Amino acid sequence: MTGVHDIGGQDAGPIDLSDHALSSFDQRVDAMLMLLVHPNRGAFRVDALRRAIESYRQQDYDSLSYYERWLGAVRKLVVEQDILSEEEIAAKIAELKAQKVGG
Amino acid sequence: MTESHDDKDDHHQDELGHASSYYVILEEAIRVLLIEKGVFTAQEVETQIDGMDSRSPAVGSMIVAKAWTNPDFKAWLLRDAVEAVSSVGVDMNNQPDLVVLENTAEIHHVVVCTLCSCYPRAVLGVPPAWYKGREYRSRVVVDPRGVLEEFGTYLSDAINVRVIDQTADRRFLVLPSRPEFTDGWSADQLEALITRNSMIGTAIPLTPAQLKAETATQS
Repeated sequence: MTGVHDIGGQDAGPIDLSDHALSSFDQRVDAMLMLLVHPNRGAFRVDALRRAIESYRQQDYDSLSYYERWLGAVRKLVVEQDILSEEEIAAKIAELKAQKVGG
Repeated sequence: MTESHDDKDDHHQDELGHASSYYVILEEAIRVLLIEKGVFTAQEVETQIDGMDSRSPAVGSMIVAKAWTNPDFKAWLLRDAVEAVSSVGVDMNNQPDLVVLENTAEIHHVVVCTLCSCYPRAVLGVPPAWYKGREYRSRVVVDPRGVLEEFGTYLSDAINVRVIDQTADRRFLVLPSRPEFTDGWSADQLEALITRNSMIGTAIPLTPAQLKAETATQS
């Protein structure tokens, strides 16, 4: 059985050769991941990130952008490692949303 | 309440691949919390982002040009790439193993990460979008010549094309062949011919004539 990520050899359309620079969102997710896996912190290892990404359901794997997949995996792993809780994340999201509405 | 993973349909990225508003706020929330908990600092995030610019294809071009002009360095690079690139100032601490694959008149290498996006970041920076995309990852392993043609790269049938799948722990960089009509060129001059894609293997380096044409259009 192959996972959602194991796509070598499948049929697919033409390659989009356009180069788009990373957005600031992409850069921040990339930076956060690199800091978390750095041995000085060792929040988790790249292997764990792979497991998290490779366990996405097909529809999520296909519809999320590359760095959205990374971020979803980071969220899962920091919760798994008891670094953050889902409740803390939800509370912070609500707080940030309220700040933005309040201007 | 925690966000359910079943309600993602409301916050897909748009067609340009920009992150949806949900993920943008999720990123901020996780980053702020990790800073509050002292996992890392805001300054470390900034420094990490700034550091992304220091790893770019220019590093790879410098290494390839040195290999083309210095046979001892080339032999070292092919024997122990981690040591060889460290000797020219590339920080290989906490980086995966690096192996350099030499293109010759008989063999052309092209690299891919079919499972995700492993890439020789230490010497090329972050991978281009197409490298991470479904189309390249799926197709290059079964139809490398067809894929190379989409990149405008046409190889003689006499050349054997080898596709190398990256691994998480060992990354591969292609050492392209030095173009003809570059005798006497310095390493600095040669660097301008060495494109990112020529070190991935989806292209070959520019010829002196192509470089001249490119420079003319830009000015």
